[in-house]
Amino acid sequence: MTLKQKTTDLKKRMRDALKGGGSKAIEKQKATGKMTARERIIAILDPKTFHEYDLFVKHAGKDFDMDKKYLPGDGVITGTGILSGHPVCIYAQDFTVAGGSLGWMHAKKITKIMDHALKLKVPLIGINDSGGARIQEGVNALAGYGEIFYRNTQASGVIPQISVILGPCAGGAVYSPALTDFVFVVDKVSKMFITGPEVVKTVLGEEVSMEELGGARVHAEITGNAHFFAESEDECFDQIKHLISFIPWNNEKKADSFPSKPPKTRVFKIDNIIPTDTRQPYDVCDIIKAICDDSEFFEIQKHFAANIVIGFARLGGQTVGFVANQPKVMAGVLDIDSSDKAARFVRYCDAFNIPLVTLVDLPGYLPGIEQEHAGVIRHGAKVLYAYSEATVPKITVILRKAYGGGYIAMCSHHLKADFVFAWPYAEIAVMGPDGAANIIFKNEIKNAENPDEMRKQKIKEYKKKFANPYVAAAYGYIDAVIEPNETRHFLIHALEISNHKTEIRIKKKHGIPPF
Amino acid sequence: MEEKKIIYKTLNIENIKYKTFLTNKFLLRQQYQKNDLTKITAFIPGKISKIYVKKGRKVKIGDKLLILEAMKMKNDIISSINGIIMQINIKEGDLVTKKDILIELKYLN
Repeated sequence: MTLKQKTTDLKKRMRDALKGGGSKAIEKQKATGKMTARERIIAILDPKTFHEYDLFVKHAGKDFDMDKKYLPGDGVITGTGILSGHPVCIYAQDFTVAGGSLGWMHAKKITKIMDHALKLKVPLIGINDSGGARIQEGVNALAGYGEIFYRNTQASGVIPQISVILGPCAGGAVYSPALTDFVFVVDKVSKMFITGPEVVKTVLGEEVSMEELGGARVHAEITGNAHFFAESEDECFDQIKHLISFIPWNNEKKADSFPSKPPKTRVFKIDNIIPTDTRQPYDVCDIIKAICDDSEFFEIQKHFAANIVIGFARLGGQTVGFVANQPKVMAGVLDIDSSDKAARFVRYCDAFNIPLVTLVDLPGYLPGIEQEHAGVIRHGAKVLYAYSEATVPKITVILRKAYGGGYIAMCSHHLKADFVFAWPYAEIAVMGPDGAANIIFKNEIKNAENPDEMRKQKIKEYKKKFANPYVAAAYGYIDAVIEPNETRHFLIHALEISNHKTEIRIKKKHGIPPF
Repeated sequence: MEEKKIIYKTLNIENIKYKTFLTNKFLLRQQYQKNDLTKITAFIPGKISKIYVKKGRKVKIGDKLLILEAMKMKNDIISSINGIIMQINIKEGDLVTKKDILIELKYLN
């Protein structure tokens, strides 16, 4: 063959492989409103930056006549590219080829690009759209999953790992996304579950649709498995680009810095947001927007455990992770879900050199038998663990109330916050004034001529003496009591000062967090 | 600025009533029920493959009452009390769902 013939031969081979599952399967994929795997990769990455590898990989199935079948790319597309200027490794399962099912070589392509990402220290993006294990390959399919999980774990905390669920993701397959940092889901497209509706019905007699069992909304609102919810694939890709702009490529780098921009103070007037009556709600996101650059707050897990708010924003051009109690929902209490949500985010920020800003306004932990029996102790402990362990700059602002265990947990000085600020109407106490007065002045109230009157008087007395930031400030537990409109200034300065913070910890293999 | 009328609910924590939204998860939480050892319930949906006892029989702690077959496993269901069988609501071969009351006992001192 001449060189020209060889080139023609290559082109023909590529054409065949790029057809994927063929026009019929592609049509079917499109009919359900989904893009094809290659279209998805191209839509996410910067134009003309995608470079595909392992296009000619052949599947390894030998039994059940599988050896006679041709599966282009073995149902998965892998490669590298540039995303908003960041180098990334990426793979996308191709549902049009054998339902995106995972066989040994399919898994090998994925683990190869994962190894690449870890060696090159760049983010990894995985697009999941697969019917699950390729049954014909038996234990080799299981082996493939195991190899992926192992690498997910090795890469955890070293490179950002992003999972995009754009189709079914069932059985063992769900554990790879669960091990990664951020999971993106799209309404009516994403489905995740361990055992599908069929099995649930035959084994347990419970009837449920795929959407109700493990649809995008379920994971965004109820389970917390998903971090970002989108109405369409395009919206989802925009969210990924947005996220990438806030985080560093790997654990040795810092996130990109941008020119500092003032917040939109005409819209978000910090003095007008918080009612001084601690029983009245407000939206803490408005406070964040009144403080951060350009009032741009990128919220994570918006619909799950909404009593705590987490997300990225910038202060003076630098990425910070915000953790804030949300008085608008469940009075901002810490409970099982909100503790899990906050603790994991704190560990993420710590792993990737992102300073933490904690805004405190909470009445404590949620009381109740259901919470206690479901293990609020060990879940709540995760917050203490995560904050204590974190060595990135930690800055706390107590906005209003900080009662009891909640005060300690929300990155107090005692968990080694670098700076703790409080607004003038902050109330820091072992419990709310009503409860405290009832206990401390129990006898006076009981023996008074008019107990109700006495109770009211004692609550008032207690409030005046203790429900303020100055008792804590007198012990040095608060570094400065500041006016709300000075907050941004204090935070930016604190970040500048702690820019080179290094903290050496006792050498150990790893801690044992209350998982 | 136009103020939207928002209806908040109340959450009581340590005698302080906070105005706030409540989550669905909180509203749908299961009410706590005391464990009643005299009522043998199905802990999992399945098939009754064997019943060892009859109405009126005395049983001791640890006595086998029945076999509940589920998830390809034959589960021995045993008595947690010393008592007497008051009522048997099932027969061999019955399919039961979770939380069905299978056998009712009475404490015997």
